[in-house]
Amino acid sequence: MNIENHSVRLREDKCKGCMNCIKRCPTEAIRVRNGKAYIIHERCIDCGECIRVCPYHAKRAERDTLDLLEGYKHKIALPAPALYGQFNNLDDIDRVLTAFKMIGFNDIFEVSKGAELISEATRILLKRGELKKPVISSACPAACRLIRVRFPGLISNVLDLISPMEEAARLARIKAQEETGLSQEEIGVFFITPCPAKITAIRQPIGLAKSYINGALAIKDVYPKLLEHMNHLEDTKPLRESGIIGVGWASSGGESAALLREHYIAVDGVENIIKVLEEIEDEKLTNVDFVELNACTGGCVGGVLCAENPFIARSRLQRLRKYLPVSCNHLESDEIPEAMNWTTSLKELSVLKLAENVEEALELMSKLNSISEHLPGLDCGTCGAPTCRALAEDIVRGIASESDCIFHARDEAGNPSFEGPLPPPFRKPSEEGPQ
Amino acid sequence: MTVKLNFKIDGNDFTRAGEASGEVKRVLKELGLPSDVIRNVSIALYEGEINMYLHANGGQIEVAVSPDAVGMVLTDSGPGIENVALAMKEGYSTADDNIRSLGFGAGMGLPNIKKYTDHMMIETEVGVGTTIRLKVYIK
Repeated sequence: MNIENHSVRLREDKCKGCMNCIKRCPTEAIRVRNGKAYIIHERCIDCGECIRVCPYHAKRAERDTLDLLEGYKHKIALPAPALYGQFNNLDDIDRVLTAFKMIGFNDIFEVSKGAELISEATRILLKRGELKKPVISSACPAACRLIRVRFPGLISNVLDLISPMEEAARLARIKAQEETGLSQEEIGVFFITPCPAKITAIRQPIGLAKSYINGALAIKDVYPKLLEHMNHLEDTKPLRESGIIGVGWASSGGESAALLREHYIAVDGVENIIKVLEEIEDEKLTNVDFVELNACTGGCVGGVLCAENPFIARSRLQRLRKYLPVSCNHLESDEIPEAMNWTTSLKELSVLKLAENVEEALELMSKLNSISEHLPGLDCGTCGAPTCRALAEDIVRGIASESDCIFHARDEAGNPSFEGPLPPPFRKPSEEGPQ
Repeated sequence: MTVKLNFKIDGNDFTRAGEASGEVKRVLKELGLPSDVIRNVSIALYEGEINMYLHANGGQIEVAVSPDAVGMVLTDSGPGIENVALAMKEGYSTADDNIRSLGFGAGMGLPNIKKYTDHMMIETEVGVGTTIRLKVYIK
């Protein structure tokens, strides 16, 4: 993927070249080189984990600002349902939606509306029984990309319906054109996003050639602006048009619960997703029809661009449920609208392969194994790679050298003060007590 | 060129079953083998690993990857198999209730290994141990 398509970026001036991000990246996509972190874009799945763990805020999700609205005559906000979980004591979603009209939007189209329609379409497909089981949800773009990078054998299990975000944008455009008579170019559709992966999915859409969305604003950027107006609202407009099913998508388990059937699992967190996908690959997971995946802990409420922590947001959404109907959006018939189906398929990203042909790959693997044996196995990260094995891999790929290992360098320098295992034993406390 | 991988299977902790097959799977993915080959190898190996935990208190796995096939040798010094033909029958199991309560012992271990490999050979001697040789061809 082109670097411009990725939302997760590095701010070089803030990066100290520490080991935090390289150790936590679930796809080993980051190296420290020349004192700065470097993202290997082919491997990055935009999960945002590095943004979360960087103590210096050197990782950033590239996103749009409200200025972008100026380029359009009719501006529509597409709030992700996770937004509703950000506000304390919210009992009326219309307050949030009305406030959007005060920060420059002409209309609002809830993503939860799209979610309810996608849920219904999924129910129909599962009922027809033509899908390969277990069906894996495609709504989390980070999970989709993880499958493309690490589990290409499971691509055929992925649900080939567009995401609720795209479905909402598609319908919002139809509605806007009907109501305003404006051309599609004059209509601006802006997703209010909980995470960078969705921003990447707008630039590089999943299952369709071009996104229906013009830009993405972060929940945490929009939140304070909305709050300002929500505190002084004189009256609210009845704008909410979705129910428990659609809003439920904000938390892990919501998409599955909306299928109204048993035999599903909802998995959140990249490490957990990897474990479950391994099991599916090995056919160990039987008797499961549907697998919901959310790269963030807690689901979309755990997105790195949310303002509130996922556990509080989730509990607030639970509270909101009691004010909501079950579902407000339904398909016209049992036929799934053509536009909901993917027009392009997921493609394998073979970034983990050592070489294109097996013979060459075997040569490299054999080298890799012997290099690996001579590395200390401490996974200290000082060489800039997350593990000793990752360094060995970098060496055979030609982008690192054995002398990048400080233990290797120490042995070559032959400096006796470096001898023996590191770090040294506990120092003896001095007689005078702690200094 | 052949790449060899060796694993010692600890027989004391069944939750560790799958570590060796998982590691092999990672290597095969890096080698860029077709997904069905990878799946077959890792399913067969996992079944083998489980058998070692359940019946033989551990053992050893050797994997050799060459351009045309993945060869596997699973060796243990367990009780051996009294009747191989019977053990190969789907649903036949000597596992006790404890093992069954963990969800194992359905009698599908050896039949599954056969199903997912192109070649399978069992050498076994009661009281001495069992060696299973397997091959999955890379088409």
